[in-house]
Amino acid sequence: MSITAMRPGAARQRAAIAARTLRADRWWLGPLMIGIVLAVFVGYSTIRIFMAKWYWVDGSHYLTPLYSPCLSESCVPGSAHLGTPLPKLPFFLPLGIIAFPVVAGFRVTCYYYRKAYYRSFWASPPACAVAEPHKRYSGETRLPLGLNNSHRYFFYFAALVLLINTYDATQALRGPDGDFGIGLGSVIIWVNLAMLAGYTASCHACRHVLGGRLKHFSRHPLRYRMWTFVSKLNTRHATFAMVSLFTVIFTDFYIMAVSAGWFSDLRFYN
Amino acid sequence: MGRKRRFRVWRGDSAGGSINDYQVEVNDGEVVLDVIHRLQATQAPDLACRWNCKAGKCGSCSMEINGMPRLSCMTRMSTFEENATVTITPLRTFPVIRDLVTDVSFNYQKAREMPAFTPPDDLYPGEYRMQQIDVERSQEFRKCIECFLCQNTCHVIRDHEENKRAFAGPRLFIRAAELDMHPLDARRDRKEAAQAEQGLGYCNITKCCTEVCPEHIKITDNAIIPMKERVVDRRYDPVVRLGHRIFRRDQLTAAPSRPEPAVHAPREAPHVPQGVTWHTPPAATAIASILPGERLSATEFTFDRSGAASPFGDDVSFPLPVEQLRYQRPSDPSTDGSGPE
Repeated sequence: MSITAMRPGAARQRAAIAARTLRADRWWLGPLMIGIVLAVFVGYSTIRIFMAKWYWVDGSHYLTPLYSPCLSESCVPGSAHLGTPLPKLPFFLPLGIIAFPVVAGFRVTCYYYRKAYYRSFWASPPACAVAEPHKRYSGETRLPLGLNNSHRYFFYFAALVLLINTYDATQALRGPDGDFGIGLGSVIIWVNLAMLAGYTASCHACRHVLGGRLKHFSRHPLRYRMWTFVSKLNTRHATFAMVSLFTVIFTDFYIMAVSAGWFSDLRFYN
Repeated sequence: MGRKRRFRVWRGDSAGGSINDYQVEVNDGEVVLDVIHRLQATQAPDLACRWNCKAGKCGSCSMEINGMPRLSCMTRMSTFEENATVTITPLRTFPVIRDLVTDVSFNYQKAREMPAFTPPDDLYPGEYRMQQIDVERSQEFRKCIECFLCQNTCHVIRDHEENKRAFAGPRLFIRAAELDMHPLDARRDRKEAAQAEQGLGYCNITKCCTEVCPEHIKITDNAIIPMKERVVDRRYDPVVRLGHRIFRRDQLTAAPSRPEPAVHAPREAPHVPQGVTWHTPPAATAIASILPGERLSATEFTFDRSGAASPFGDDVSFPLPVEQLRYQRPSDPSTDGSGPE
């Protein structure tokens, strides 16, 4: 009796199954929802960064994260915390020209968002065990997708932007008279800052830089502790990524509404 | 007493096949593999299926259940609706041998292409000393049972047969990460090999390997992404590469045979298990002693004892005397030099 499994040289074929997938669950729901959320965020933020108004609440010192830091002479008085080294900008350049490409690039090259948009927008694959529609696939071996390897640089700069956001958040704790004051907007800004910090600190590149690249943790106890801490945050990276999208939109919308006078800020103190 | 439920099972071989309908009785507490066994016992005695431990630890019974790669012994029938039809197909990524049995030799081929664990040159078995915090990252990957569900679900080779040559797959990426993070592995080119020979760049982190892993190994977060970041260190990050060159880290790390006292046993007094001398030069290979012209009988009927002859020679008895035990390093110059380095 010959053993088929051991027969050499027989070029076997895969099982002839025509269906693209045999999954019976609603595998398309997850990628669809994520795709909608990402599209809404991209659409909203694109409209908002080119509006060039309603980004600063003068009395409460609220500055929306989409325009921070505001460095141009076009910025409304008070909103340029760090001076105005840039001249007046034409309409096609957003006022957040310095920080916005950094945080956008940080999210585009992020290991979580890569999963999200490869699944939702590029269908590569649309879901696990669902055939992708593309004839050829080379992944991130060549340009432009190879540029995703620059994620750590975006992380470094995004960490700087986070410092600026922190400064903005401290400014938001000043009332109309310049002394300490707190309103609903301050709380929203601080919640947003916490989510942004969580997203930035839980990044895979951060985990690698702080300790993941080591071979011997025992020789670097401090970096091991940092790595352990970031590893705990890292398991929540996807949650931070999605929650911080919503908090950014909500913070920006609240500041836009207060700035435009649609409703007034609820002040708790001063 | 169970009730009959509907199943669709792919039957065929590499020449072709089709999905056949069956109605099989299902009892409380059963898993899909139980149903397949009942199908074999009652209606389809020639249904081919690979299985072994029925406890989710051998990795044999991988198949696709309702389109998702799963271990059939760990998929409970209670997770499906009572009146739902369950579809069972072989793994799609690998060539089919018959029915639910596929030829997974692709994975063994890729495993053979991977450079083995390489300890420092001056450490011998019995002298390996590691700290727990140094090895625990690697230990997660040792949980792998080689069910190859991750290899099967990875779209890089599942949807593109032509990528099989260049792409090793998630199972081998965790092997690469395990060895690259191993405190006693002396090879310094694993990152380059992961990119150039294993095709790490093909992975686009869509995390399906992690989703299907029955051992819940965090393949993407703990192995693939750290390996990608390590490749960035070597290949793409100009600052790290410059720092590497300025501080001459390449020379530091290129000396694998300088174990630190904190990690390894001190050189002066190596801990050697009593009675075993690992450092003896390799002895000539022992050959079973058969006098020239003599032949061993091929069958028990003409042999003078019951059972087969020992492949080690009939004059060898076990356990061997400890002074005859030896360890021959793969990289030892006295061997044929076909070692890893």
